[in-house]
Amino acid sequence: MLTNYIKIAWKVLLRHPFYTFITLFGITLTLTVLMVVASFIDHLFGAHYPETNRDRSLYIATIMQTDSANTSMSSGPASFDFLKKYAKTLKTAERVAVMNNFGFSNAYVNGKRIKLNTKYTDVEFWSVTNFEFLEGKPYDDTNIRNADHVAVITDALRDQYFGSDHATVVGKTIDIENINYRVIGVVKGSPPTRVYTYSDVYFPYTAPKSNYEEKGLRGRFVAIVLARKASDLPAVQAEFDSHIARIPKSEIPDSQRMSVLVVKADTYFDHFLNTFTRSDKDRVALYAIVGLVLLMIMGLPAVNLVNVNVSRILERASEIGVRKAFGAPSRALLWQFIIENIFITFIGGAFALVLTWVVIHFINASGWIAYADLTINVSVFLVSVVVCLVFGLLSGVLPAFRMSRLKIAEALKV
Amino acid sequence: MIKLQNIEKVYRTSSIETLALNNINLDVRKGEFVSIMGPSGCGKSTLLNIIGLLDAPSKGQIEIDGSPVERYTDKHLAELRNRKLGFIFQSFHLINDLSVIDNVEIPLLYRNTSAKQRRELAQEALEKVGLSNRMKHFPKQLSGGQKQRVAIARAIVGKPEIILADEPTGNLDSAMGNEILGILQKLNTDGATIVMVTHDEAMAKKTDRLVRLFDGTQVS
Repeated sequence: MLTNYIKIAWKVLLRHPFYTFITLFGITLTLTVLMVVASFIDHLFGAHYPETNRDRSLYIATIMQTDSANTSMSSGPASFDFLKKYAKTLKTAERVAVMNNFGFSNAYVNGKRIKLNTKYTDVEFWSVTNFEFLEGKPYDDTNIRNADHVAVITDALRDQYFGSDHATVVGKTIDIENINYRVIGVVKGSPPTRVYTYSDVYFPYTAPKSNYEEKGLRGRFVAIVLARKASDLPAVQAEFDSHIARIPKSEIPDSQRMSVLVVKADTYFDHFLNTFTRSDKDRVALYAIVGLVLLMIMGLPAVNLVNVNVSRILERASEIGVRKAFGAPSRALLWQFIIENIFITFIGGAFALVLTWVVIHFINASGWIAYADLTINVSVFLVSVVVCLVFGLLSGVLPAFRMSRLKIAEALKV
Repeated sequence: MIKLQNIEKVYRTSSIETLALNNINLDVRKGEFVSIMGPSGCGKSTLLNIIGLLDAPSKGQIEIDGSPVERYTDKHLAELRNRKLGFIFQSFHLINDLSVIDNVEIPLLYRNTSAKQRRELAQEALEKVGLSNRMKHFPKQLSGGQKQRVAIARAIVGKPEIILADEPTGNLDSAMGNEILGILQKLNTDGATIVMVTHDEAMAKKTDRLVRLFDGTQVS
C-alpha cells in the first residue's frame, strides 16, 4: 500500500516539474531557515566545546534582591566569597568551578594595541570544562596559592601576540596592562556565545585586579556546578536552595528594603530564560511569542502549500473516484494524501539538510562568530525530521480531508 | 441480489430542480446479465451509480443481498463496494501514473491481502483478459481495447459477485466492442451478475434482460 502511495507521489512530482520546483523550493527554504535556527539554538544551549558537560551542570550567575511586593529589584553576579561559602561547599556536586564574567584589557605588540577579554578562574574551572590544551597545561593550586603571574591564552591570541610562525610559547611572557604574565598553556578558544567560558586570556583568581577578596554577597563571579550525573541535578539544586535559605538576614545588604534574596542554581537554558523572565507568567508569554513566531514561519508557507496541494489533488479527482469506487474508505484516502505530502516534504527536507549544511559551513567559516561550531548533529537532525513531519501534516491534512470527502459520482465525471 | 424500490433522484441547484430518475423499481437476480438502455441523458448512468452505491438516491430503497443499505456508514459502504462490486467505466478511469498491474491491484489494496497475493491475483485477472504480457506497461502505452481489458481485470480481480459496466464499449470500435462483450459474457457464464449500461441495441440484445429508460422513467 505504502509503495503504491509513494509510487504515485513520485509520478505526481514528475508530472509538472515547474510546479514541483515551486513546491520543493518553498519547503526547502522554510525548512532550511528552521534548521539553521535549530542549529543556532543548539549552538547556544547544547553541550558543546568547551562546555561539553552542560547536561549535568548548573549555573549560579545572578544574585537578585527584591522587596516583598516584588516591585523593585537589584541583581548582579556574586562575590567570590559568597560562592566559596555557599556553592563550593555543596556535597552533592562533583566539582564547582568559580570564574568571573569576562573583562576587558589591552596588550601591545610593537606599539599596536590588541583588545583582549580576560577571565579569572579557579583550578576547578579546567576540570568542569573540557578545554583542549594545544600547548602546556592549566594553572594549579600552587599557582593559585602563590598568586603567580601566569596565564592560559587562546590560540587566536597566541597567533596575534607572538605571530603564527612560533615553535612554542609556553614559558614566554605576555604583557597585559603593564603586568608580565608567564604563558603556562594555550587552549583552543571558546566561542563568545559561551559567555562563562569565553575569553582570550585566563588568569588564576589570585592574580592582580581580580577583586576576589571583595566581601558581601555581590561581586563579579559566577559558578558552574558539575553534578556526577544529570539525574543528580535536582538534589544539587535542593542542597543549594537549603544553603541559600540559611543565609542570615544580617548578611543581606539593605535587607530592610530588599528582604527577598533569590539565588538559583539553574541549568544553562533555565538560567538563560531567567534573565528575561522573572515569573511563570513571563515564561508563558515568552513561550507564546516564540510559538507564534514559529507558527508564522511554518504556517504561512504551509497555507501556500495547501492551495498548491488543493489544485494538485483536484487534478486527481478521477483517481479519487476510482479508488473510492473500488472500496477505499475516506480515511484510507486521507492517509494516502497525507503520506504523499509527507513524502514530498521529506524530499524538501533532504534538500534542506544539504542547504543547511552549506549555510552552517558558511557561517562557521565566515568568522562572524569566533570559533563558531554550528553543526547538524543528531538533535538538530531529529528536530528537522519532526519539523518535516509537522510541515507535511500542516500542509497536507486540509486538502487531503477536502478531497477524501469528494462524492464518487462527481469525481468520476471530472 | 440487487433490489431497487421507488428510486428517485433529484439534482438541485439554487434555481433549478432536475428529476433524473423517477420511481424506478428493479430486481436483478443472481447470475443475470441485465442491460439498461435509453437515449443520452435519460438517467442510465445515474441509475448504475445508484446501484453501485457511488451515489445516493433522493428517495427509495436499495437492497443488496436482502440488506437495505441506506443506513450504512461510509466505511461499511466502502467495504461493500470492495467485496461485492466491480466497476467498468466507458472512459476506463485507469490511473495513468501506475503500471497495468498496479492499476489492477487497486481493489486489493483495501483488503487484508499481502503484496505477494495481490500480485498473483492481479496476474491471474490479467491472464483472463489476455493481457498478461502488458503488466509492466502504462495505460498511455495501450490501445482503447487494451485499456478496457485492464479495467475489466481491475473489476474482477477481487472476485466480486456483481459487475457494473457503464457503456464499456462506448469508446471502442465494433470489433473491439464485441471482444469486450465476449469477455463479459464469459464472466457471466462463470457466475458473475452483470448490469451493463449501453445505447447499442445489438449489444443489449445479447444480454438476458433489457431495461429501458426514457427521461428518467422506466419504460420496460
